[in-house]
Amino acid sequence: MSTSKQIAIVFRQPPYGSSFAREALDTAMAAAAFDQKVSLVFIGDGVWQLIANQQPQAIGQRSLEKQLATLPLYDVDRLYADAAALSQRGLHTGDLSLPVEVLDSDAIATLLKQQDVVLSF
Amino acid sequence: MSTFALLVLGAPHSTSAEQSAWHFSQALLAAGHRLFRVFFFHDGVQCGNALQLPTAAGTAVPIRWQQLARDHHVDLVVCVASALKRGVVNAEEAERHQLGAGNLAEGFDLSGLGQWIEACILADRVVTFGP
Repeated sequence: MSTSKQIAIVFRQPPYGSSFAREALDTAMAAAAFDQKVSLVFIGDGVWQLIANQQPQAIGQRSLEKQLATLPLYDVDRLYADAAALSQRGLHTGDLSLPVEVLDSDAIATLLKQQDVVLSF
Repeated sequence: MSTFALLVLGAPHSTSAEQSAWHFSQALLAAGHRLFRVFFFHDGVQCGNALQLPTAAGTAVPIRWQQLARDHHVDLVVCVASALKRGVVNAEEAERHQLGAGNLAEGFDLSGLGQWIEACILADRVVTFGP
């Protein structure tokens, strides 16, 4: 596929209560595998997906953190988190497993407007 | 005139995703746009399950999408990975995993996320119907 679009995947759900996080990440990786310019945007409860030191084996689930860690292999390095979502949940970048750019709502809106495709999970 | 691709993330009746997507499809087609592909992902794969009865409200969900696909040449794709773990299988997969008969409704194809990425690339507008 020769066309390369700017595709943003928006993550809005917490990691283990539903399969949205995993399926959204599968979509991001598929887009990257097809050479699209992928950005991952974590807002609302989606920021919980970024927490470091997840121990999901205790609840019989596979680690989303480990799957997120493979993103560099797909050349996916544009990760953004909503500043208000982090601070409302008492989180800061030191709590996260991956480097993300923290943006306020206006900056996130601007980023999404620049995309060709926005997929929201 | 724009070409649309739709992503459906909800199961029939459990959320309004499928219903919204169907009504949106009708509207965009009536407005003269083209609907290229609908990709059923996450719980949306249940939209392709032939083993569901209509409610008093009218047509069974897979049947109304079949009609749409036939009348307007729309691709209906059910994500294979999401479907297999949720019990929506075509005849080949049913045979391969010795599950008895398949239940994927006619007019729907079982395929991978690559079909969705292709749709995102080819369509002018992409809309997600989810939670």
